[in-house]
Amino acid sequence: MKNPAAIGQPLDRVDGPLKVSGAATYAAEHQLDHAPLVGWIVEATIPAGRIKALDTGAAEKSAGVVAVLTHNNSPSQVPFGEPDDEGRFTQSRAMLGSDRVRYHGFPVALVIADTLANARHAAGLVEVSYDPAEAVTTTGSDADEVPDELDGGLDPDVTRGDFEQAYSESEVQLDVTYTTPNQASAAMEPHATIAEYDGNELWVYTSVQLIGPAVEVLANTLKLDPDKVRVLSPYIGGGFGSKLGLHNEAILACLGAMHLERPVKVVQHRRHVFHNAPHRGNSVQRIRLGASGDGKLKAIGHESYMPRARGYAFAEPTGASARTTYHADALLSRHRVKTVDMSLIDSCRAPGHSIGSLAFESAIDEMAYRCDMDPVAFRLVNMPDREPASGQPFSSHDLAECLREGAAKFGWDQRDPTPRSQERGRQLVGYGVASTIRMNILVKSTTRIRLSDDGSLIAWANMTDIGTGTYTILTQIAADILGLPAGKVSIELGDSAYPASCGSGGSFGAGSSGSALRDACMKLREKLVDIARKQESLKDADFDGASFEGGNLVLGDKKVPLAELVRQSGHDYLEVDGKVEPGEDHEKYSQHSYGAQFAEVTVDRDTGEVRVRRMLGVFSAGRILNRKTARSQLLGGMVWGISYALLEELMLDERCGAFVNRDFAEYHLAVNRDIPEVEIHFREQPDTHSNPLGSKGIGELSISGAGAAVANAIYHATGVRVRDFPITLDKLLEHLS
Amino acid sequence: MAVISVNGQEVTLNDDPRTTLLDTLREGAGLTGTKKGCDHGQCGACTVLLDGRRVNACLVLAIQCEGCEVTTIEGLGEGGDLHPLQQAFVRHDGFQCGYCTPGQVCSAYAMLEEVANGEASDVTGKGAVRLSAEEIRERMSGNLCRCGAYANIVDAILDAAGELDRKGEASR
Repeated sequence: MKNPAAIGQPLDRVDGPLKVSGAATYAAEHQLDHAPLVGWIVEATIPAGRIKALDTGAAEKSAGVVAVLTHNNSPSQVPFGEPDDEGRFTQSRAMLGSDRVRYHGFPVALVIADTLANARHAAGLVEVSYDPAEAVTTTGSDADEVPDELDGGLDPDVTRGDFEQAYSESEVQLDVTYTTPNQASAAMEPHATIAEYDGNELWVYTSVQLIGPAVEVLANTLKLDPDKVRVLSPYIGGGFGSKLGLHNEAILACLGAMHLERPVKVVQHRRHVFHNAPHRGNSVQRIRLGASGDGKLKAIGHESYMPRARGYAFAEPTGASARTTYHADALLSRHRVKTVDMSLIDSCRAPGHSIGSLAFESAIDEMAYRCDMDPVAFRLVNMPDREPASGQPFSSHDLAECLREGAAKFGWDQRDPTPRSQERGRQLVGYGVASTIRMNILVKSTTRIRLSDDGSLIAWANMTDIGTGTYTILTQIAADILGLPAGKVSIELGDSAYPASCGSGGSFGAGSSGSALRDACMKLREKLVDIARKQESLKDADFDGASFEGGNLVLGDKKVPLAELVRQSGHDYLEVDGKVEPGEDHEKYSQHSYGAQFAEVTVDRDTGEVRVRRMLGVFSAGRILNRKTARSQLLGGMVWGISYALLEELMLDERCGAFVNRDFAEYHLAVNRDIPEVEIHFREQPDTHSNPLGSKGIGELSISGAGAAVANAIYHATGVRVRDFPITLDKLLEHLS
Repeated sequence: MAVISVNGQEVTLNDDPRTTLLDTLREGAGLTGTKKGCDHGQCGACTVLLDGRRVNACLVLAIQCEGCEVTTIEGLGEGGDLHPLQQAFVRHDGFQCGYCTPGQVCSAYAMLEEVANGEASDVTGKGAVRLSAEEIRERMSGNLCRCGAYANIVDAILDAAGELDRKGEASR
């Protein structure tokens, strides 16, 4: 019988019972021997300048207040941003280190009290006056700084062929500019940290995607030996990039704990999160496409303009979609940034492709109509045989098949190609499509496993599970390779004491941490076979056909329990280390996951209200490790796509560099009723180059294209092309009557 | 000292009348299953049952709960077993990160009661109130899920509702 925990099986999440019963312990929920004090962040109300005066007298006298930390009394730190040769997740993130205000919302004080209510009340009593400085808060197409590199180490500029010439000679041309707004990751768990310091060691319970860099940033900021810093993050209430690194409350909690030598908890209030954790910057994307009369793309141009937060080197590779999806002889991709005095700008789910595809796949759709071609057919005639930007071969390429299969399953041929040709009463009906592509990354990872003499296996890594299903897929990998039931496998993650892993981000978590675990399990198999070979009673056994099933080493008709082999080894347990790192295949091949997404929308002719009626996606992401959790990842990305197309926008008050809609009543996320029936299909094709498991990234795949499919459906429904996301009803209404 | 009842157990309130039910549960009673997502009544992560009706615990002062029965996610299952709704959420993968989940489950629990009581919603047509995917989508829209598990949440609730119906019939 097939192991129900085998790789690919839709095993229920192993941490599911804990999560549905409220027993999973998130950052702010760790119970210490003594209840921690509670800190509340006082935020700056100017975007740039210096603190002129701080009066903390009233706050200090307020009930329950133990300390008010400011730049005048906080523990010594390495200046913000040093050393500058460190990456952004590990260089100093000093808080309350000087009188300088870096952005609106930047912490100027931390009020620490016995209870949350007391801390919050006293925070309102802190008086701050400022010497404001000139601040840059907005970005448009005036961005003219060239970043050293884009996120993921990509070059800011890529050119192939002579774009200007190819474009000017093209029979059909398109020159359009799309804009996407500032956006928030808005993980449901606000950033939260409890810090405990005994004068020697710092323990930090937090919510962070990358454990290794979290240790480093604390050591680098707080002048501590990394060996004296322990970071724990076993359960994380969503990250979406906003928790890749540690953020303000973590540093502040540590400062409080070090100052008082008592545990301090700082939970960002939801309103804090919008400024004290990173957001995605707004983009201006100019897209120029040139094609011959038969719809073959000759020139692809993508120019991106985005903000970059002062002192924080993150630039989003918005051109990723334009660089990788379609073939054209000439390619121009350029990224410019403008330094702004704004809260941190960093990765948000699928940096580059998510908002890049929103614009680029919309422009591709425009071009299909301009060439008088079906949008699916137009995409199909422009498939690349090598990666357009690098000229490298693809490790595998399955976009065309995803498009064909998706079109058939969706009933694309039922569509009248003419925009605004399908009406049901007041409802204008439209179908839209978008290609989906997302780079596949492998990151060095290690792990350690231990098989005990009761036949149970435990694996450790400082990996995290941010809701992606890491605990579950790692359980399956070990269970599958060693022939164990899921109940015999425990996965221990989220602790800096465990072997260094890739962490969660960039859709590399499952493939990287999973391949390290696979390596360890394969080595353990060899070890177990070696032990068996030494057994006199097994000397005639069939070692050639050795397999692992049901907790046994199976040698022909002989079954030897793994627990027995451990005992025969003379040890209480067997321990093996595993690792993986990117090799030649990641140098030689351009690696991506693929998909095609289809949406049906209705637009109310009289109100402009858009409803998504159904969505369908066909995805090709190598070997699927768990069909249930993989589907959920794709489902989630499609929800984000709908949300990006229709709802999400951080609204900036340019005068003070502050987002004004810092809550969920005004920063709109898709809610349950916004989400229709969603159909998801896998094209399972293990990629022999991606990693030893053959899997590819999936967490950021569907968000890359889902929004454009919705936007393109709106165009098909209405004949109106809105190039300023989100497509709210006011932008449609004026064109509908 | 005022006392409230949570999952049948007495919880003594602190003497600060500003303390919300949510902070009482999480900070005072150590019942951290109820989550704080926004502290504004805008996300639903803190949904609990107050005398059987769903409320956002962040919008209720603890002192208002004197004499009421509060049920949190920790109080839903019986004898260590998960409630059928909790089991269905696991089976249908009605969550990813799990942070909104206790609120979703509590909300779903009360929502099924509301439907059973014939309380209409924005999508209810003429005639009797019937549970449907569309009713669930509307009635669960006060519980945000950033991981985007909505479709699975709907499936989980439909599945659990069927099971609860069958159990109810069997016990009659």
